[in-house]
Amino acid sequence: MTTGKTRNGRPDAARRAKKPVRGERPAKTVKRESRSRHSPDAKEGVAIVGAPASAKAQSQTPASKQASARGATADLPEPFATFFATRGWTPRPHQMALIDAARARQSTLLVAPTGAGKTLAGFLPSLISLSGKGAGRIKGAGLRVLYISPLKALASDVARNLTAPIAEMELRIRTETRTGDTSVARRQRQRVRPPQILLTTPEQLALMLSHKDAPHLFADLETVILDELHALAASKRGDLLALDLARLRRHTAGLMAIGLSATVARPSELRAFLMPQERPDERLDLAHFVDAGAGPRPEVKILELDEPVPWSGHSARYAMEEIYKAIGRHRLAIVFVNTRMQAELVFQELWRVNEDGLPIALHHGSLEAGRRRRVEAAMAAGTLRAVVATSTLDLGIDWGDVDLVVHVGAPKGASRFTQRIGRANHRLDEPSRAILVPSNRFEVLECRAALEAADEGAQDAVLSRSGGLDVLAQHVLGMACAAPFDPTELYEEVRSAAPYAGLTRATFDRVVDFVATGGYALKSYDRFAKLRPDAEGKLRIAHPRFAQQYRLNAGTIVDSPLIRVRLVGARTAKRVTGQRALAGGRVLGEVDEGFVEQLVPGDTFVFAGEVVRFEGLRETDAFVSRASAQDPKIPSYGGGKFPLSTHLALRVRRILADETRWSRLPAPVFDWLELQRARSKIPGADEVLVETFPCDKRHHLVAYPFEGRLAHQTLGMLLTRRLERAGASPTGFVANDYGLSIWCMRDLSEMIARGKLDLARLFDVDMLGDDLDAWLAESSLMKRTFRLVAVVAGLIERRHPGREKSGRQVTFSTDLVYDVLRRHDPGHILLEAAWAEAATGLLDVARLGDFLERIRHRVRHVALSRVSPLSVPILLEIGREAVAQGGREDVLREAAEMLIREAAR
Amino acid sequence: MLQLKPDRLGHDDFVEQPIVVCGKVFRGDMSGALFWPAERALIVADLHLEKGSSFAAKGQMLPPYDTRDTLERLAHAIDRYQAETVIALGDSFHDASGPERMHADDLALLRMMQDHCEWIWITGNHDPAETGHLGGHVRQELTVEGLTFRHLPGPGHTTHEIAGHLHPAAKVSLNGLTLRRPCFVGNGLRLVLPAFGAYAGGLNVLDDAFASIVPADGLAIWLLGQEGLYPVAPRLLRGD
Repeated sequence: MTTGKTRNGRPDAARRAKKPVRGERPAKTVKRESRSRHSPDAKEGVAIVGAPASAKAQSQTPASKQASARGATADLPEPFATFFATRGWTPRPHQMALIDAARARQSTLLVAPTGAGKTLAGFLPSLISLSGKGAGRIKGAGLRVLYISPLKALASDVARNLTAPIAEMELRIRTETRTGDTSVARRQRQRVRPPQILLTTPEQLALMLSHKDAPHLFADLETVILDELHALAASKRGDLLALDLARLRRHTAGLMAIGLSATVARPSELRAFLMPQERPDERLDLAHFVDAGAGPRPEVKILELDEPVPWSGHSARYAMEEIYKAIGRHRLAIVFVNTRMQAELVFQELWRVNEDGLPIALHHGSLEAGRRRRVEAAMAAGTLRAVVATSTLDLGIDWGDVDLVVHVGAPKGASRFTQRIGRANHRLDEPSRAILVPSNRFEVLECRAALEAADEGAQDAVLSRSGGLDVLAQHVLGMACAAPFDPTELYEEVRSAAPYAGLTRATFDRVVDFVATGGYALKSYDRFAKLRPDAEGKLRIAHPRFAQQYRLNAGTIVDSPLIRVRLVGARTAKRVTGQRALAGGRVLGEVDEGFVEQLVPGDTFVFAGEVVRFEGLRETDAFVSRASAQDPKIPSYGGGKFPLSTHLALRVRRILADETRWSRLPAPVFDWLELQRARSKIPGADEVLVETFPCDKRHHLVAYPFEGRLAHQTLGMLLTRRLERAGASPTGFVANDYGLSIWCMRDLSEMIARGKLDLARLFDVDMLGDDLDAWLAESSLMKRTFRLVAVVAGLIERRHPGREKSGRQVTFSTDLVYDVLRRHDPGHILLEAAWAEAATGLLDVARLGDFLERIRHRVRHVALSRVSPLSVPILLEIGREAVAQGGREDVLREAAEMLIREAAR
Repeated sequence: MLQLKPDRLGHDDFVEQPIVVCGKVFRGDMSGALFWPAERALIVADLHLEKGSSFAAKGQMLPPYDTRDTLERLAHAIDRYQAETVIALGDSFHDASGPERMHADDLALLRMMQDHCEWIWITGNHDPAETGHLGGHVRQELTVEGLTFRHLPGPGHTTHEIAGHLHPAAKVSLNGLTLRRPCFVGNGLRLVLPAFGAYAGGLNVLDDAFASIVPADGLAIWLLGQEGLYPVAPRLLRGD
């Protein structure tokens, strides 16, 4: 695998020229130039990338086998051959494999690690084809290549990096981008006179397809390139993209789809995504597959200190000095964390120890866009030494000369970890460097599991999903806006998209009915129908204003209601009485409504790297002032947004169950596990350990499923209901990624000993039946999911011509709609869609089901007289996590009783 | 002015709460209706019937069950208190053509209730006078026993009044949990009812609109829960 390390061909001189001497900052202009022209590897997937001729001979990647008969540049036509030759580059084998596939017009999935020149590989065949003779024959508007990226910033970046070689080779190819930021005039012009290559996003594509002129616009389309397909496919945006791909194929015969993806565990799902499914009942057709092979094995280590790893928490405060020293030893580090709040905290902590005043910045999704852009620019310009970031820096774009990735907290999934490590990939003859910093003891085990997975190149399986019905509803309306449609034809077209291959005609018809009249059992809206049959039996929109409504509300990304955070002077804030006079102030960014709801004026929290004091809220603006408090009230948050992946969970259980592997763990963790073995038991790899013990006047039941926080929260809710029925009087529970604890008034050990509580029954898989339904129907989680589905499906408008609805208004009304719909039309298709979505996403019901099946008759119970060592990190979460108790109503009862007691005094 | 429940607090003790306005004793119901035992009258505000179809006519197909849901809850409250008179405090329909869009079944349910009760529609800003042909009396306002029933709360520190229009809702934070629910708001001299309609939203009682009519001093709030009506101390209230 020697060439694996020289992934990106580049003359040594260029490499040396680029590498800055430590402590010396290269001039911006030189660096800029080197990035666009001489340092292909600096661009993940966007630069011109070849392999040095000398390295070619040793190449034995899978793709090179497929392409081994090719004589490298000999097969590249002019001016491409010269362009490569003058740089001393040879096309990479996977790039040649893609050119071959394109000649045969085969839709292809290219899987390549970060930095292997994926995007050029995707474009090269089209550039060659467009530069060749006879490229001028057109029957439509002349658009030949469509590039779809999940991020508009990535589309712009790719456009810039295509323009340079096109200009240098003097190709007569026009390349443009089209995103939400593109001006209306330009967008209109693009529909009339499009470029040959258009770079855009799934949402823009959906909008273009909803116009009457779509058949003309896409008549000449030959190739569609889907970048970062792994990030798009298994999501609602992916569903929308699959439907749009199916529609594109109706406008242009023989469309070739090229998917570009990072390494995934099951490429066949992405391959199916790229192909029209012609016989969905019988088989899935798969696209051609090119695997560029793995990159060099990354160099990952787990930070080990003499300091004991904390029992719980996520701040990693104990390791901050060490992280800071590591930053000092590198040019540019990205410090990845799992949540925005964690990012704020780590950023604060790093500055606390920043004695040398190193330029360290912060980047996460809540920050105002302009702030984020400035940080990105500073990274690219080389003026930063470290950036604390969340998943906002996970994808796509090259963010400068990163040579170290620090991961604070366990990475939760093997694939995400690989992707993040790949951010530090700039020395092509050196492996990526990453340091894992576990923030608590369980995370030490998880980090160990992630490291082993990274060593083996193992990936998480992307869960296959069937396409969302809400997305389908939106698409149906969009297609009706483009032209009247025949339902049977549209049904066949929809089923040719892999996520919808299993869609039944009956369900499709219900979706169409929903779009037309709301799809209610009570048929009272027929006279208001949005879709009406025309003389030929095709369905058309009843009024042009519905097309306008569609275009204002298209898209599948529904932000949770966001509150703008505005900074006002402390004096202004003090002078005003209450919240009424608050106004103005600089926008720092946005936070979730749920967070602000928990704040009381005077509370301090960290935002945008500063400690701020909450002053009040007015409509969708939260006002804060600078606070002097040293110890802000940091909001409670879970271990991370992403739950522990099934793959990593299995590895963690195995490490735990196999004592011979403990010796590789840090001493405090080793001692901790030894103590657990002595006092209680070590959970086996295929069972669930349940401990019961008294603690602090309560009786705890602690279980260790290792199935991730979401599944545990669901399990906790269901077990609580069952314990209540069994008479154990549960009063609360807490869950983290590894286990959960439920506390009760009754002595559980005694109940079990006397046969009054049967653990096998308690953990029986039948809890996923009625108990789940009953709980779910009332849960706020379900209401939240319903809101998302209702907005995407178009039941609730985000925007109405002339007036904009804020997220806050949407939240309130969908709750009312949900309650009414559930009482009067419980079989409605949107409730069905919401249930399906909650079950797969927020609740992890499928995973919980697998777990319950797995541990059937394998519940191992230990009754203890006191807290077990393994349970300590879970118990410490009590009070930190809001206790997700069933009876929210209890709050009101308690408030009322308080008032009554006060009045009675 | 809070006539509080005695010592034992059992499960059912919150279903209704006594609410006093200028010496007259009412029973606030967890549904949002107000019962006047002395007159055997049930008072509800802002039914907003046919709000769903009003949106559907504009292309947004909200579930068409809001009218039924609202009327069924109203029928339930009439039964529970054996009311003989119903006073609807205005905005009974979401728009003027609402009555024409009513489903036959819903209309039948309304007629049945009207057969059993004397029915008084107070006019609101959404439904000036069109409710007339549905049966019942139509009044701009009504004064009984010195108390005035009207849609829009009178200006300033008006007393002896029971009104609607504002859709009061309150947000309460306790033990880290926050709930926002419709509520009754008053000060012993006047009272504003929560909106009874299934699709009616709510306005926070800390909003300016309330400050001018119910001064913070003497403010009393009763929150509507799933299992009861809960009096809550003003200091637990939160703004939006």
